[in-house]
Amino acid sequence: MSGFRLAQGGIVERSTVLGFSFDGQKLQGFKGDSLASALLANGVGLVGRSFKYHRPRGLFGAGAEEPNALVTLGSGDRTEPNIRATTVELSAQLQATSQNRWPSLAFDVMGINNLLSGVLAAGFYYKTFMWPAALWEKLYEPLIRRAAGLGKAANLPDPDRYEQGNLFCDLLVIGSGPAGLNAALVAGRAGARVIVCEDDFAFGGRLLSEQYEIGKAGAGQWLAACLAELESLPNVRLMARATVFGVYDGGSYGVVQRLVPEGVVPEAFHARQCLWRIVARQSLLASGAIERPMVFAGNDRPGIMLGSAVRTYLNRYGVAAGKRLVVHTSHDEGWTTAFDAQAAGIETCVVETRDTVHADLIAKAHRFAVRVVLGGRIIDTRGAQGLTRVTIATDRYQEHIDCDGLAVSNGWNPTLHLTCHHNNKPVWDGPRACFVPQHLPQGMRLAGAVTGDFSLKDALSQGWQQGAAVAEDCGFKPAAFEALSCSDDPQEGVSVWSVAGKGKAFIDLQHDVTSDDIVLAHREGYRSVEHLKRYTTLGMGTDQGKTSNVTGLAVMAGLCGTGIAEVGTTVFRPPYTPVAIGALAGAHRDRHFRPTRLSAAHQWAVEQGAVFVETGLWLRTQYVPKSGETHWRETVDREVLAVRAGVGLCDVSTLGKIEVQGRDAAAFLDFVYCNLISTLPVGRTRYGLMLREDGFVMDDGTVARLGEQHFLISTTTAQAVAVMNHLDFCHQVHHPAWDVRMVSVTERWTQLAIAGPQSRALLQRALGQTIDLSDGATPYLACRNFMLAEGVPARLFRVSFSGELAYELAVPADYGDAVVRHLAQPGREFGLTLYGTEAMGVMRIEKGHVAGNELNGTTTARDLGLEKMMSRKKDFIGRVMAQRPALQADDRPQLVGFKPVDPAARMTAGAHFLPIGHPATIGHDQGYMTSVAYSPHCGCLIGLGLLQHGPQRIGERVRAYDALRGLDTLVEIVSPVFVDPKGERLHG
Amino acid sequence: MRLPCPYCGERDSREFTYRGDAGPTRPEADEAMADYVYLRDNPLGWHKEYWLHTVCRTWLVVERNTVTHAVGTVVPARNQRAAS
Amino acid sequence: MRYSLASLLLNAVSGQSRWSPAWRSPEPAGHYDVVIVGGGGHGLATAHYLAKHHNVGRIAVIEKGYVGSGNVGRNTTIIRSNYLLPGNTAFYELSLKLWEGLEQDINFNAMVSQRGVLNLCHTDAQRDAYVRRGNAMRLNGVDAELLDADQVRAFVPFFNFDNARFPVKGGLLQKRGGTVRHDAVAWGYARAADRRGVDIIQHCEVTGLRIDKGVVTGVETTKGFIGAGKVALAGAGHSSRLAAMAGMRLPIESHVLQAFVSEALKPMIDTVVTFGAGHFYVSQSDKGGLVFGGDIDGYNSYAQRGNLPVVEDVMESAMALWPALGRVRLLRSWGGVMDMSMDGSPIIDKMPVENLYLNAGWCYGGFKATPGSGFCFAHLIANDQPHPVADRLLLDRFTRGALIDEKGVGAQPNLH
Repeated sequence: MSGFRLAQGGIVERSTVLGFSFDGQKLQGFKGDSLASALLANGVGLVGRSFKYHRPRGLFGAGAEEPNALVTLGSGDRTEPNIRATTVELSAQLQATSQNRWPSLAFDVMGINNLLSGVLAAGFYYKTFMWPAALWEKLYEPLIRRAAGLGKAANLPDPDRYEQGNLFCDLLVIGSGPAGLNAALVAGRAGARVIVCEDDFAFGGRLLSEQYEIGKAGAGQWLAACLAELESLPNVRLMARATVFGVYDGGSYGVVQRLVPEGVVPEAFHARQCLWRIVARQSLLASGAIERPMVFAGNDRPGIMLGSAVRTYLNRYGVAAGKRLVVHTSHDEGWTTAFDAQAAGIETCVVETRDTVHADLIAKAHRFAVRVVLGGRIIDTRGAQGLTRVTIATDRYQEHIDCDGLAVSNGWNPTLHLTCHHNNKPVWDGPRACFVPQHLPQGMRLAGAVTGDFSLKDALSQGWQQGAAVAEDCGFKPAAFEALSCSDDPQEGVSVWSVAGKGKAFIDLQHDVTSDDIVLAHREGYRSVEHLKRYTTLGMGTDQGKTSNVTGLAVMAGLCGTGIAEVGTTVFRPPYTPVAIGALAGAHRDRHFRPTRLSAAHQWAVEQGAVFVETGLWLRTQYVPKSGETHWRETVDREVLAVRAGVGLCDVSTLGKIEVQGRDAAAFLDFVYCNLISTLPVGRTRYGLMLREDGFVMDDGTVARLGEQHFLISTTTAQAVAVMNHLDFCHQVHHPAWDVRMVSVTERWTQLAIAGPQSRALLQRALGQTIDLSDGATPYLACRNFMLAEGVPARLFRVSFSGELAYELAVPADYGDAVVRHLAQPGREFGLTLYGTEAMGVMRIEKGHVAGNELNGTTTARDLGLEKMMSRKKDFIGRVMAQRPALQADDRPQLVGFKPVDPAARMTAGAHFLPIGHPATIGHDQGYMTSVAYSPHCGCLIGLGLLQHGPQRIGERVRAYDALRGLDTLVEIVSPVFVDPKGERLHG
Repeated sequence: MRLPCPYCGERDSREFTYRGDAGPTRPEADEAMADYVYLRDNPLGWHKEYWLHTVCRTWLVVERNTVTHAVGTVVPARNQRAAS
Repeated sequence: MRYSLASLLLNAVSGQSRWSPAWRSPEPAGHYDVVIVGGGGHGLATAHYLAKHHNVGRIAVIEKGYVGSGNVGRNTTIIRSNYLLPGNTAFYELSLKLWEGLEQDINFNAMVSQRGVLNLCHTDAQRDAYVRRGNAMRLNGVDAELLDADQVRAFVPFFNFDNARFPVKGGLLQKRGGTVRHDAVAWGYARAADRRGVDIIQHCEVTGLRIDKGVVTGVETTKGFIGAGKVALAGAGHSSRLAAMAGMRLPIESHVLQAFVSEALKPMIDTVVTFGAGHFYVSQSDKGGLVFGGDIDGYNSYAQRGNLPVVEDVMESAMALWPALGRVRLLRSWGGVMDMSMDGSPIIDKMPVENLYLNAGWCYGGFKATPGSGFCFAHLIANDQPHPVADRLLLDRFTRGALIDEKGVGAQPNLH
């Protein structure tokens, strides 16, 4: 191909020259160019290689339909592969590289595939590479993987930022051609909130590509006036570079907007792209149509283009597709291409498949001195890396015509992709020879070429009428339609799907699907549209078959001897064009992937040098190393011993906290907990166990009765949200009449556990006269409301997870930081030690308390030794299902403790228990270790686990088998309570 | 998807948590409990189902079509028996 | 024509003209010994193994759309047997073993590629759970390896290790896991079953079951009544509708699961990885597309499409794990209808109606189960006894309480 820039014409800014590069070659274009038009203007014809046969390919289209011209933009971590050159807005210093070729675009070794095409027919890989079996993974597949793929991604972190936003409107207009703009105009004038999304970087759609007239002037003037008015309306938002990629439920639309042209580095702190979630009461799809090619031998050479694309390059960009142009057409549009080209000084010949056309066309061709061949077909083309010659045939003769450009026109396919996103299939419209939308997603309307009416007049009137209808539906009073005179573009034509000839005739240019491949699929029975698509890979490239699907179906219909309507079509799925994953993820990456929840006492812990651990969304103190400690275990041992000998402080604010109040609060808690709560006296706290309705344990925590009708319950950190949802469900669905109200107060209170024999002394010092902590006034399991200071209410619970004398002090979160510092003051005197989740874990295992590893959703109260908690005096959630035989089975593993027989031996959570002297097979599996920690008290590792008949086997030995770590440890079955089994230390 | 909360108006489905079929009622009889917990009509078409509007903490009974995702009437679960 | 090097070369020189249809398109006969409802992966595999291993007479597969139009052609193509619980591990391992010999068995290259499946963990508790699972696998004779954070980094160095919200602490690797070309599974089984005489009847929808005194005698279809000695239901997401024809309700809800593929790229990742701190798993197809998925949308649905919140959720997880994906572009998304069971595990069992069999509840794990499911379902149909590795996948486990709940979330399908 030898495209060139015309001396005049187009809407590019010739005063602004932009330098760019392609495969390292320095080139120039103008502002307003696409990368494709700039390449064409520079005479670059060969832009890529095809997927399978690595055939040389040039520009085929001028927009989103482009199958061939895929390039890689940028370099390093900003490398972006597979970008359609036709949709890239040219920018200064844009760096584009061809792809899928080695060593160079002009000479590609993999071009050898072209010679092997006899073997590499559709689906050949399903029939071979099976012998010998081992070679598939070792040899064949690695070769295929290396050969396949298109561009090469950098595999480096994306350095750019992405934003997301929500917009709401009455009317979302998709496409800014004549239909879309007229709709926006009428609805906008009437006062409706209108958003116009345009995929292109310029508004106007086909108005930019054609020499239309609207009113008495060129369409350009109408467009400028229309855009100016729309921009002046405060209720109208015009969005260029904004692709509506998906239609979702309830009038939700996914839109991605390129905030900078592709290949441009955004300014610091600015985003590259934005994902808009647009909620529209109605939408108008005015997406136009995509021209159809014809299938003939050698139809893939660089220089062969859609006629509409030739006109776009000519009229919008002032670029000629070649010096000598042949137009191969079955439609009147092809003649427009010829007239536009000839008028621009390009010698053009029309090869029309029809034997007769309207006399006006013939007359005009005469006037323009365009050569015309009627009843002609192209049966062959020549040119190794760019078109040099076509062979035409009529019924009477054959002829070679030298040319460097070939424009193909075969009618239009409505761009109806978005109408399919709710699984609605388009239907074949025989008279208009195209698929048209039938059922639409709720709230969507159509106007313009997408309806199958391809004239400018229709676009303008339909746009107006649909826009007015939406405005009316939304309660506005739109103006009546006034017809504008406009140019009548040609309409007539026939559909010529396939032209007989020798040599490969391509249907899907990107995936190298030929008409022979469709023949083969037909022969092998892959005839339904989905089989055809999947077997041949027709339409599965990055263009999703925008120029190939319908043609492929038509060829299949021809082979089946049926109509296209009977063959049907596939459903287009989101996205309309590929969307960067970064845009869909927005700011949710790296440390901002999910929010981080911090306790009010977090900063203080940071100052103490705490190491934090993720617990759901929370960061919790894991342990707090002191200088000189070289291993986390050293730190944790110190923390445990400090609590057991003195006093420690642990931030337990992350536990779920729910206030439950009302006349029926006690009855409600009886219903949701398996144990009895209503008997709990005011001022006391009780351990509570909650089951799911299926009888398994859901969660545990404490229930404090602060008043006759006022309870505060705690949940585990992990289950806080689920429990709250569950309680609301139990109330609103099961017992809506009960007088009970609940609210989560997890974030309202900072809660600190102060544990250890010195805890009372420390607290009494810190709290002074505000509360009496003596055993008489605040016995074990007491709970108290008190005023910590003027205006600072506080709660104290005498509960213990560590097994030591312990309290939990709760203060409003606003005072959390102050109170923890207030405790730390006297704490220095008492040797107060801040301890984290690790030490807490050690102490709870030492006491045999169950936690997340045991409450894993598959354990029952009985499994955990808590069977007696299940009250027999009342109904409760899970009561019935917990009685099922398999939940009561004798051989269910039950909770016991473990110690290694050799105190120095390693023992691990996740190990399975096997009897001694039996092979390590699943048949001998007797349970598993849930939790393991080093107990400084015991001087060895200790564990909790679930073992068949465990409680009856105390004193026996089993193997803790951890094949993953190569461990097979002899362990002794012991009581799950390792420290203070009588619970004397709770009382200090 | 957008769901109309009777208290808060139409909101994005992100604000809601799904639970499941709102047809079965927790039975009085123990023998009926397994069916209540495990068996579902799972209809193709209109379906009454529980959604929690996490913003206002209201459990809702939403009529929704499982084929088209169209949303019909929405009532607070606490009123459902009065409504039906 | 059998696929061989010779037949391939013969066709290469004859313009691909010697091939014949991969399977026939017969009209239904009036009666079959076994009618399998559902021409997806499981139904076709069942037909193949029934015809190959069991002497049951004439077999038909009835499919309302085209062969493979359901979930076998709309999944993320992963195979693995890294299950924890008795009832699952041995069953999925049988399935994986059948995958390993599949191509030679059916003479169709389904591109079984054992490129490894790596589950990442991000907390100590998650690692403990993976260790428990890995050890259960090893006790079952299944391969499993525990990787620490450094080993994971060596395996997939381009993931986010240093600036992550939930740092990777390690992973459980099953090297024998991998991917398979999904459509080829349906086509390969269809072709193999067809060659053994199975009638595959496409575009024929079952509209009712004919039941006479508690015994099923055939199916009403859009192509008329088809008599059957035994009727086997393999309707995946539509199982509840089929069961309703027998007057039964199932412990199943149908949910939509979305899956995604990127534009084709030169090789970026050589294995299957699942993120442990969000819903995301990824592999790369031989064609170059990154194939990934996440969680189900979470509400009952028979629509083969989902919504934007889950799309965003999956992409957020993608970026969190693999920040290079920001500039990779999503090419296509689609949805499948999942038969989510109440405990997250499948059902292969007889139904209370005589001679009626059920294969359902595959949740979003049905693809990897395809050969095992077909093998065990065929065994059940032929012998009226469950296959030993599937003897816990029974309907009455819900009333007995013998649940197979890998995730431990109870009777709420959208949480499994």
